[in-house]
Amino acid sequence: MSKERTAVVGVGQTKYASTRGDVSMAGLLREAAYRALEMAGMTWDDIDAVVMGKAPDFFEGVMMPEIYLAEALGCVGKPIMRVHTAGSVGGSTANVAASMVQSRVHETVLTIAWEKQSESNAMWALSLPQPFTTSVNAGAGGYFSPIMRRYMAMSNAPELIGCMVAFKDRQHALANPYAHLHQHDLTFDQVVESPMLWDPIRYSETCPSSDGACAMILTDEARGDAHDGPVAWIKGTAMRSESNSYGGRNMVSPAASEECANDVFAQAGIHDRRKEIDAVEMYVPFSWYEPMWLESLGFAEKGEGWRMVEDGSTAREGGDLPVNCSGGVLSSNAIGASGMIRFAEAALQVMGQAGDRQVDGCRTALGHAYGGGAQYFAMWIVASDK
Amino acid sequence: MREIAIVSFAQRQEPAITSESEVEFMVPLMQQAKEAVGLRQQDMGFTCSGSSDFLAGQAFSFVMTIDGTGPVPPISESHVEQDGAWALYEAWVKLQCGDVDTAFVYSYGKSSPGSLRDVLATQMDPYYVAPLWPDAFSIEGLAARMLLESGKVSERQLAEIASRSREHASSNPHAVRNTPKSVEEILAEEFVADPLRPSDIPASADGGCAMVLAAGDRARELCDRPVWIRGIDHRIDSHTLGARDLTDAMSARIAAEKAGVGRDKIDFAELHAPFTTSEAVLTEALGLGDDVTINPSGGPLAAHTMMAAGHIRFGEAFERIARGDGDRAVVHATAGPVLQQNMVAVLEGE
Repeated sequence: MSKERTAVVGVGQTKYASTRGDVSMAGLLREAAYRALEMAGMTWDDIDAVVMGKAPDFFEGVMMPEIYLAEALGCVGKPIMRVHTAGSVGGSTANVAASMVQSRVHETVLTIAWEKQSESNAMWALSLPQPFTTSVNAGAGGYFSPIMRRYMAMSNAPELIGCMVAFKDRQHALANPYAHLHQHDLTFDQVVESPMLWDPIRYSETCPSSDGACAMILTDEARGDAHDGPVAWIKGTAMRSESNSYGGRNMVSPAASEECANDVFAQAGIHDRRKEIDAVEMYVPFSWYEPMWLESLGFAEKGEGWRMVEDGSTAREGGDLPVNCSGGVLSSNAIGASGMIRFAEAALQVMGQAGDRQVDGCRTALGHAYGGGAQYFAMWIVASDK
Repeated sequence: MREIAIVSFAQRQEPAITSESEVEFMVPLMQQAKEAVGLRQQDMGFTCSGSSDFLAGQAFSFVMTIDGTGPVPPISESHVEQDGAWALYEAWVKLQCGDVDTAFVYSYGKSSPGSLRDVLATQMDPYYVAPLWPDAFSIEGLAARMLLESGKVSERQLAEIASRSREHASSNPHAVRNTPKSVEEILAEEFVADPLRPSDIPASADGGCAMVLAAGDRARELCDRPVWIRGIDHRIDSHTLGARDLTDAMSARIAAEKAGVGRDKIDFAELHAPFTTSEAVLTEALGLGDDVTINPSGGPLAAHTMMAAGHIRFGEAFERIARGDGDRAVVHATAGPVLQQNMVAVLEGE
C-alpha cells in the first residue's frame, strides 16, 4: 500500500518578538493559522484535523494548552492532537500531520507550533528541582559547548567559524520580515567582540528567546493538484530518537541524526545530497551547529563542514547550499515553533514564496530539527515537483 | 484501511508509587509487553508515548523515560503530551501509512506527589479561568448539578454506577478502590463537591501501561487472538464551559458515530469516565444499551492513572477479548474538564 502524496498548500507565520504583548496565546496562534488558511485559499471548514506542537507546558504555565485552544484553532467538533518531542517538536509535529494525510485518515490538516515564552520564565521552567535526578542547571549552551569544543578539536576549525555563521544568519534575517532580530547595523567585529557566554559560544552566537507561531496546511494529492497557487510536495519525512548517554555515543554527529538523514534522503531518492538539495533550513540555536550538522547530514565530509562556512557556500548570496536564509533559529527562537519554522521555510523556498529571502531556482529543500541532548531528530524534504 | 490489532499489554496501577521513578516502574512493564510477543525494541517499526510534564513536575520529562525503551541504536519515535490513548492513535496512523508493521506504545503518570484536583486547574483558560483556581472536582460538581437538574439521571442512579464499579473492581487486581459499598451506603457519604460524593470521583492512582500494536498477518503471527481496532476517532468540544451543554458530550457522540459504534452488537464498554456523571453522560452519548456491560474492570472510579487511564481502557478491553470474555467492545478515552475531548474506538476479536 503506497502512501498518499501530500502537499503543503499554505504557510503562515507570526512576527517573532521577545514579547507579543498585543495578543493572547489564542490570538498568536490564530494569527499564524489565518495566514496559512489565506495562502491555501481555505477556511476552517476545509480543515479535517489539527495537529499542534509546542515545547514544555511550563514555558507558559498552561497544562495541555490544546484543551484551552480548541476554539481558537477552529477545531470544536474536530480532532486535535498535541505532539511534544523536545526541541525537535515543531518538525515532529509537521511529520505527524503529514502522516495523517499520507495514511488517508484525513484529507486536509492544519498543523501549528508555537511558544509564548514571555508569559512565563523559561529558565525557571527548565530548572525545577527533581527528587531522583541531579539538575545540571547549565542551560542549553552550557550543555552543548563542550560538544562544540570537541568538534573544533577534531576538525581543526578556525576559532571564528562560529562568528561567521552567526553574522551570516543575522544578515539573512534582515530579508525576513518575520524574524525576531533585525540587527541592521551589526558588524562582524561586534559579533567577535560580544561577551563569551559558554566558551566557545559568544552572546551573538546564541539564539534569542521569542514569542511566535507557525502554521501549515497539508492536503492530499487531488487537492494539491487542484490547488490554484504554489505547492510544496512532501518527498520524505523521518524521525529518530536515541538515549542521551551511552557508551561510545557520538555527541558531535549522533547516530540518530545520521540515520534520520539517511532515511529522509532515501525516501526522497536523493543520492548527491549537496548537489540535489537547493536550500537547507537547519536547526542551529548555537552557531557552531551549522558546520557540525553540515557534516552529520552528509553535505560535507567529516571535519570539512566548517570550510563551507568559510568559503561562503552556505550564504544565500553566492552559496551553492544556502543554509537558513530565513535567519534561522539564531534570529528567531519561539522554541516549540522553531522546528516547524524550518520545515515551513523549506516549503516556502520550493514554492517560490520566500520573498526577499528566496533562493533563485530552489526546487528541493530540507527542513531539519533537533532536540533534547541532540538526541531527537525530525526532518523532511519538500520539492516543487510531485 | 489496514487491519491493525493490539497484540500485548501490561499495566501497573497503585494508589501511590513513592519509591520508584517513572523510568524505574515503566521498564518492567515495557519488557513484559514486548516479551509477551517475543519482540525486542529494535523490532518495533515505531514507538510512541503519552505523559505530562505537569504531573512529573519537570520540563521534557519524557526524555528520561525514553531510556527505558532501550533506544540504542536509534528508534523511530514520537511523544504526545496527552493520554496514551492519543499515542496509540498516532501509532495507528503510522501503521496506516503502510511503511511499518509493528508499534510500541506506552504511557504513565504519577499524581500522588501533588493534588491532581488543583493541578488540573492549570488546564483551564489561562487568562479568565485558571487565575481563579477552579479545582477539577468543583467544576465537575457544577456539571453534575446541571445533569441532575436536567432530569437525565438521579442521585440514586449515580450511586448505582459507583456501587457497580466497586463490584466489578473486586476481580481486578489493578483496581485501587474495590471494597464493596451498597447504594444506600454511598448515598450516605458526605459531599466532596456537592452533589458529588467520594464514591462519585475517580480513584487516583500512580502507574502506567505498555502495549504492542501490529498490522494484518504480522499480528496473527504474534499472538493467538489479535484484537482488531475496527474503528477509531477522536473529537474535541469547546473549552468554554458556558458554551456547551454539559449534560451531553457532543464530541463523544461524533467520535462514536465515526468509529462505527452503532454498526453491530457491543458486548461491553471500557469508558474513561472519571466521575459517575461522566459515565451517565457517555452511556447516552455513545448510544450504549442496557445489554452492554459498562466498565467490567471497574473503570476510572476504581483506578485512575492520569495520562494512562484512557490507554488502559484499550488494554483492559484487549485482555478481556483476548481471553474470550466478549468479542466486541467500545473503548473510550477523555481529556479536559467535563469530557471536553473524547476518543472512541471499537475493538473486535479475531
